[in-house]
Amino acid sequence: MRAEERSGSLLTAPYAAFLLIFAVYPIAFALALVFMQWDLVTTPSFAGFDNVRLLANDGRFWRAVANTFVFLSIHVPLQIASALALALALNRRLVLRGFWRASFFLPVVISGAVVAILWSHLYATDVGLINRLLARIGLNPVPWLTDPATAMPAIAVMVTWKNVGFYVIIYLAGLQYIPRSCQEAIEIEGASAWQRFRYLTLPSLLPQTLLVVTLSTINGFQLFIEPYVMTGGGPLRRTYSVVLYLYTNAFAYQKMGYAATIGVALALIIGTVVLIQRRTIGRTEAL
Amino acid sequence: MKTFRRVALYAGLTIAAITFIYPFLWMASATFKPPIEVGSLSLIPNHITFDNYRTMWARAPFGRALLNSAFVATTITLAVLLFGSMTAYAMARLSFRGRPVLNAATIAVLLVPGQLTLIPLYTLIVQLGWIDTYAALIVPYLFNATAILMLRQFFLQIPQSLIDSARMDGMGELRILFTIFWPLSKPVLSIVAIFTFMGSWNEVLWPLLVVRDQHLMTLPQLLTVFALGGGAGTIGVSLASAMVLVVPVVIAYAFLQRNFIESMAGAGIKG
Repeated sequence: MRAEERSGSLLTAPYAAFLLIFAVYPIAFALALVFMQWDLVTTPSFAGFDNVRLLANDGRFWRAVANTFVFLSIHVPLQIASALALALALNRRLVLRGFWRASFFLPVVISGAVVAILWSHLYATDVGLINRLLARIGLNPVPWLTDPATAMPAIAVMVTWKNVGFYVIIYLAGLQYIPRSCQEAIEIEGASAWQRFRYLTLPSLLPQTLLVVTLSTINGFQLFIEPYVMTGGGPLRRTYSVVLYLYTNAFAYQKMGYAATIGVALALIIGTVVLIQRRTIGRTEAL
Repeated sequence: MKTFRRVALYAGLTIAAITFIYPFLWMASATFKPPIEVGSLSLIPNHITFDNYRTMWARAPFGRALLNSAFVATTITLAVLLFGSMTAYAMARLSFRGRPVLNAATIAVLLVPGQLTLIPLYTLIVQLGWIDTYAALIVPYLFNATAILMLRQFFLQIPQSLIDSARMDGMGELRILFTIFWPLSKPVLSIVAIFTFMGSWNEVLWPLLVVRDQHLMTLPQLLTVFALGGGAGTIGVSLASAMVLVVPVVIAYAFLQRNFIESMAGAGIKG
């Protein structure tokens, strides 16, 4: 055997073993668990399509899926608008540019658990900071996290706040690629600021917008620690997320087969939604 | 008109910056306030107290959790740098039979959502008898596909002549990696180090599944359990426990902002 061949195989053997144990096997076993019933104590038993049937008729699961779509319908547009606005502001000649950028990025480096704990105090009905601010300008307190109508939107706003710095960096990178010559040409043509934004900046940033949509959607489907800490899934299960439901089935009910089925279904839903988004947004490019 | 727009721009930026910074400042100041003052919007306590920290420290093993988090995140980061660069070096610069399969598998792994493998990984840890061990927190993270791809991409750009002449001098592949490639790869190694460390430092779902013993909990987990279990009692105590997790990160971020932003944004885009 050639020396290079041997070194290559030796150097990558640990990684290959790792992939087999911690990636290939779990994926295969996830698919097997869909057809099994297992409480981790007794031996696993074959369950046929029981898990799939249960899932199809499980109101709690579909409630969680619907909640996620409520979350996404607020989070994704808000994330695009806020990240784009901040990136456009940062893209000018500024004093303290580094400071502004660093302050927008600060929540990104802070643990989601901390942000959730902090914001549950900011959102608190009686003593929360936000309601105290509202009181200052003469408005009534809002029961942010305890009203079924406002709980999920409140969480969506918080997650947008936490992640916006990350997406600002993506848009800033995209803005670097708009050629100077295009900007000058459109200015010579006498386009207004709005026209420049609408017909040059926005179309040029389509790849970045697609990335923001995809990443914030995937992120939304993975919502867990925020409802876990802030609402426990309530009120009226309106903030119950799919991952929280998966976690509860595995950890509280010891239903490994069913929890794995939820995981597989979630992966399929994420794949489908992202694919549809890419198709739809990809098509607007042609217009 | 121009000055007006300039003023509006800076006013907007200031409001945005306050929105992102003020909650954390309020949190820090609330931990030094007695319960009666916590609700106030002011950042300066009328009576400074350390009771929140004393209570938090006495009620749950936060010192131990800090050590656990530091140990787990450091071990994982070192492993990802060491094993990741060995793997990436072979995948970038050595031709061997399994290489195309490994490349494809690495990309495929990144496309599979973590929720799909979460339960099988959990049952694997149960069957290995690793519940309530450091192994459960560390071993599944020893390799990182994003890190391997980033390192591989960087290693591909290093000139072949360097490898050839090193081999001529009788250097082995590992020596070439650590004495020639590593010094040239400091930027990408620091990017990988930061996002790996931060990912581990902030992770909470996996520890919640595999650790139940308070003395093995990492900080984010203990913090969550402490806040939810009512152990904290008051807002000040709950936020004081969050400070243990936040302060080291904010200090590191203050010194290495650029690296943090480059690393955490870069990893997200590629990962």
